[in-house]
Amino acid sequence: MGDAEFLIEALAGQLRELLTRRGIADPALVGIHTGGVWIAERLRRRLGILTPLGQMDIAFYRDDFSRIGVHPQVRPSELPFDVDDRHIVLIDDVLYTGRTIRAALNELFDYGRPASVLLAVLVDRGGREVPIEANAIGTRLELPSGDQIQLSGPDPLQLHLRTT
Amino acid sequence: MSAAHLQLDRQGRLLHFLTVEGLTRRHLTEILDTAESLHGVAERQVKKLPTLHGKTVVNLFFEASTRTRTTFELAAKRLSADVLNLNIATSSAVKGESLLDTLRNIEAMQCDMFVVRHEQSGAAEFIARHVKPHIAVLNAGDGRHAHPTQAMLDVFTIRRHKPDFPSLRVAIVGDLLHSRVARSLIHALNILGAGEIRVIAPRTLLPAQVETLGVQVFHDPRLGLREVDVVVMLRLQRERMEGALLPSESEFFQRYGLTEERLALAQPDAIVMHPGPINRGVEIDSRVADGPQSVILEQVTNGIAVRMAIMSITLGHHARSIGESA
Repeated sequence: MGDAEFLIEALAGQLRELLTRRGIADPALVGIHTGGVWIAERLRRRLGILTPLGQMDIAFYRDDFSRIGVHPQVRPSELPFDVDDRHIVLIDDVLYTGRTIRAALNELFDYGRPASVLLAVLVDRGGREVPIEANAIGTRLELPSGDQIQLSGPDPLQLHLRTT
Repeated sequence: MSAAHLQLDRQGRLLHFLTVEGLTRRHLTEILDTAESLHGVAERQVKKLPTLHGKTVVNLFFEASTRTRTTFELAAKRLSADVLNLNIATSSAVKGESLLDTLRNIEAMQCDMFVVRHEQSGAAEFIARHVKPHIAVLNAGDGRHAHPTQAMLDVFTIRRHKPDFPSLRVAIVGDLLHSRVARSLIHALNILGAGEIRVIAPRTLLPAQVETLGVQVFHDPRLGLREVDVVVMLRLQRERMEGALLPSESEFFQRYGLTEERLALAQPDAIVMHPGPINRGVEIDSRVADGPQSVILEQVTNGIAVRMAIMSITLGHHARSIGESA
């Protein structure tokens, strides 16, 4: 599908506007491994955010452990700031069923009680299985359930679509 | 089928953890990497993950243990599993119930994992052979044979301080004859490609043909400790000794005990490890055990993350295997 940088630009613009509207001066960004971290790094640079980037691998919070077990390449989650009373922006590459975000919210709240949580995603492809929506979206795509969309990176960031 | 094969499924995934022997670098690295991701959980506000929510782990301890049992218990609880601690020495075994009967009864309580400590070598393997297929068995120490989770927490601790295994020099000192820890650790270090493994002990405390494990044998610590990066002291296992293997504890300390002077022979940034419980003044001087190079308490902390990793990996593979065969 190609280059994802222009979507980052769109996402950064939306997020900047949203943060201004809400009066959030110094949010903490948390990327969900792996694609979400790549996007979060770029957003952090573009928005000039000082707080170091948080990273989460939600492998231990997934709801399908009893079917597939733990991912063999799980990485450490790292939130290098105090979550309590912070405004958090959770960032992922593709929003689909919403289950990953459900898991990420659960993990986030085990670190503390944030003041608020926003969700920014590069692509919203529909197909939700839980009531979760993003606050900032790079682009919306309507894809049949068999299709797969994947982000490769970190340099360059590219979206790949596999149709059935 | 050997224990090494029994613990893997047809795709080579770890279903039980009975021994380090026969595993590949990929298996061990998966455990170490997973443990690394779990290490930070202890620093969070909520020191708990939902991964094993709804699972039941049974600690079957036929032999006394504090550290191993409590860290297994804490590991299971941090993964949200329910934990049952059974000290068999004080329960039905003394009333004459056979091991298999004990097993069947606990199985009837719908549990998912057995953590087994037993004074007989091969006990965990025996249990793994006879449990229902959905149950994972972890060896928490069997006789003189193996203590694989201790070996993994040891290599995890080493890797956090000295990640470059090919250039690593490790010395294991003391009672190797009775040590299941040493046996498992030597296998793990070899699988991970450690540069040089030395064992330092009197002849009477070395197993026969210890060289075949891939180690260099030293009888004099003044030679063996030179320029090593890691010193692993073993506990002198007085309770396992039959006959006169040692003249006396004080003589053992004089010849083999780790003192500051002897530690100075190792690399200046060498780390000192001990599986515990330590005999102060027998195998290790207090000034070393409590000194700046000691990582003995770190080993205890690391034991929780490593056991969490092994529990979630083996139970995860059970879930997968059962899913595939269904």
